[in-house]
Amino acid sequence: MYRIGIDVGGTNTDAVVMQNEKVLLGVKNPTTEDVMTGVINSLKEVIEKTEISKDEISSVMIGTTHFTNAVVERQRLSQTAAVRLCLPAAQCLPPMVDWPEDIKSSVGGKFWMAKGGNEFDGREISSIDEDELLEIAEAIGRENIESVAICSVFSPVNDEMEKKALSILQTKLPNADFTLSSEIGRLGILERENAAIMNASLRNLGKKTVDAFGQALKTLGVACPYFITQNDGTLMGADFAKSYPVLTFASGPTNSMRGASFLTGEQNAIVVDVGGTSTDVGALIKGFPRPASTSVDVGGVRTNFRMPDVYSIALGGGSIVKKDQSVSVGPKSVGFNIHTDAMIFGGSTITTTDIAVGLGIADIGDAEKARALGNEMLTSTKEKIDMMITDAVERMRVSSESIPVLAVGGGSILIPEKVGDLPVVKPENFAVANAVGAAIGQISGEVDRIFSLADKSRDQVLAEAKDEATQKAISAGAKADTIEILDQEDVPLAYLPGNATRVRLKVVGDLDG
Amino acid sequence: MADDVLKTISISDMENIALGGAFLGTGGGGDPYIGKLMAEEAIQKNGPVTVLNVDDIPDDGLVVPVAMMGAPTVMLEKLPQGNEAISALEALQSYLGKKTDAVFCIEAGGLNSTIPIAVAAQAKLPIVDGDGMGRAFPELQMVSMTMHNIKACPMVMADEKGNSLVLNTVDNLSTEKFARVITVEMGGVGLIALYPMTGAEAKKSILRGSLSLINNIGRIIHSEQKENRNPANFLKDKLKGVVLFEGRVMDVDRRTEGGFAKGSCKILGLEKYSGKEISLEFQNEFLLAKSKDNTPIAMTPDLICLLDLETGQPITTEQIRYGFRVLVFGLSCDPQWRTKHGLELVGPKYFGYDYTYTPIEDLN
Repeated sequence: MYRIGIDVGGTNTDAVVMQNEKVLLGVKNPTTEDVMTGVINSLKEVIEKTEISKDEISSVMIGTTHFTNAVVERQRLSQTAAVRLCLPAAQCLPPMVDWPEDIKSSVGGKFWMAKGGNEFDGREISSIDEDELLEIAEAIGRENIESVAICSVFSPVNDEMEKKALSILQTKLPNADFTLSSEIGRLGILERENAAIMNASLRNLGKKTVDAFGQALKTLGVACPYFITQNDGTLMGADFAKSYPVLTFASGPTNSMRGASFLTGEQNAIVVDVGGTSTDVGALIKGFPRPASTSVDVGGVRTNFRMPDVYSIALGGGSIVKKDQSVSVGPKSVGFNIHTDAMIFGGSTITTTDIAVGLGIADIGDAEKARALGNEMLTSTKEKIDMMITDAVERMRVSSESIPVLAVGGGSILIPEKVGDLPVVKPENFAVANAVGAAIGQISGEVDRIFSLADKSRDQVLAEAKDEATQKAISAGAKADTIEILDQEDVPLAYLPGNATRVRLKVVGDLDG
Repeated sequence: MADDVLKTISISDMENIALGGAFLGTGGGGDPYIGKLMAEEAIQKNGPVTVLNVDDIPDDGLVVPVAMMGAPTVMLEKLPQGNEAISALEALQSYLGKKTDAVFCIEAGGLNSTIPIAVAAQAKLPIVDGDGMGRAFPELQMVSMTMHNIKACPMVMADEKGNSLVLNTVDNLSTEKFARVITVEMGGVGLIALYPMTGAEAKKSILRGSLSLINNIGRIIHSEQKENRNPANFLKDKLKGVVLFEGRVMDVDRRTEGGFAKGSCKILGLEKYSGKEISLEFQNEFLLAKSKDNTPIAMTPDLICLLDLETGQPITTEQIRYGFRVLVFGLSCDPQWRTKHGLELVGPKYFGYDYTYTPIEDLN
């Protein structure tokens, strides 16, 4: 059986065919406005060139930056109502209080606060008031809003209130689409609510896009199930992805790092992904990207998603090289126009690719034109590029251990043989690492909530959390015997007696089938 | 750092104040972000807050610190209703039969460096440029007022549901014990008004200039970040501080004891500290830094701040993770804390560390 991985990026849509641990072929085609045509083109190409039978494709995994781009560009977002269950608490900072004005207006900026919510130990702040919620539903209806985000205080500890509010609101808004914050986020109400509102505003686009993926497969007669990759490199089913498009944020860098790990067999490494305009550097720990420590802004909105810790520099295959007193590289890039603007392709702009060709590191275009830049120019530029990469790698390094640097991405010819004292590994198929990362996605289950240690030991609580996460992973499609803990952390709640502790635990397992 | 005395606080100042507050929080006190948003909302509605020198308060005036008590993590989830602190303050006023002339910050770090600004804006009261700790500490008796025999009581605690309670206890440590239990019943967080004092008492007891200091620290961190420089070097000169160590976090060990997040983290040296290892002990705040052979490098009540090695962004004890690249920054505490009484309240022995206090200047 074969697995197909697809990466729908802003510029290219890549596809790979994998048989067990082997990459049979990887291809690149331009991403299209409608998304679907680009997917069809790449998918068709890999299937035809490898001559595999469509019946032998077991699954298709798709990674996409489409939803992140929608938020960043403030495009294609639906009008959304935010309903917060909190009163009398939490009135002082209403929903979307810290959003930039432009994105707030893109989603309409409408919110309602109602009675409800829980305390940290599960007690009610106040009970739900059905009449109050029915009035809110009518008001939402009058605004013709069909996308609603519900967020209740401490819903990661107890989600009953959000569910109850959903059933009440639904009676008056039968056609509306609801997102519950407890299904997405972690503790920290503003960040979780932000994620829920963004998710609600992306639902429509989520349906359209995921259906387009399905349509692309159908058009080509591929009947297997398909999955979308999440920000942590794990998979979600098509229906789930339609409901939670927000979970795809940052899946791009994650897929490239996981793909690099897979292609080289390295579990602990620094991954350097060189594109046309920029280079992303991340750290792999046990085959997964190291998560960022601080809250991450998506399009100016604060979230607390588990995002990979990525350091980006403006260095790519198309970066423009200038020489005055000293050599400068980037931040401007010729981007897709490299095929016309670079010296080696007959243009008049010096790019980093020209330098690589001039030094004989790469063999594309007219090398004579690159060599004409002169040895001094070529070597001093190369030194500058090496220094930029070394600095970036040093920033992401987590120990003095000699771990390898994995070079991937279309522009990775720029990466030297050694970065500082670290060896560089350039895998085959380095240009389609993203699509490979998608193809090897695993299934996960996560728990993040507060446990009381009053009548249980820490070990009992962790075991309970592990069981809960394992059940979630299995019901999401993981093979039970492959499940292992990916990440575990317990943080005691400070300043309170009663020994409450917040446990975050995530397990992953291979996809069943 | 006498260069900039804060006279008023506008919305545009809050970013710097929150950052400076996180720095002086020495790893504890919670993320000032929520308090910053609250202050921005209140200033938006009511206009900028006037900052007073404590000498501008008449001797018979009434000065009251307001604060949040309990778990900062709870407040990140259960945001305040908005009027809790005002109702605590009003209940205290009616109990005393006197109007407040100014509020101030009980501590100069964490959430409690920003919340009183929101309260001042709402109550249309000035805020005094000073605080009771010069940093953050975990318990309410750990303030300079205690050393000047000023009582925490009468103290009022209020919650979002409208409950407010007046406490009268025999001493400030008892106030802490009773109030801590009440915060739990209030859902983990209470807003408090306490240590009501006269202008004359405030003049002799509070640590002066804290808000200006916080603002200046925040400004330096921001401007150095913009230039892509680590702010530690500039701060070192400005604050007469010392860079204690630079390295990577190699282990974090946490445990809960008596409602406090206790633990330690190991840091392995980088660059000129390469080959060396230190550990930081924390109980909500960082309290002790020592080398591998247990030789102390800095200890409470001196300030131990953990910063991101690249950006200088302060890191709280809840945020530290394996692999972080950090800079450990040390700062002398206010001289009041180095007296016998001061060390009894907040010295290493109070927190259970078997070290005799030695000032940071003598250790480095």
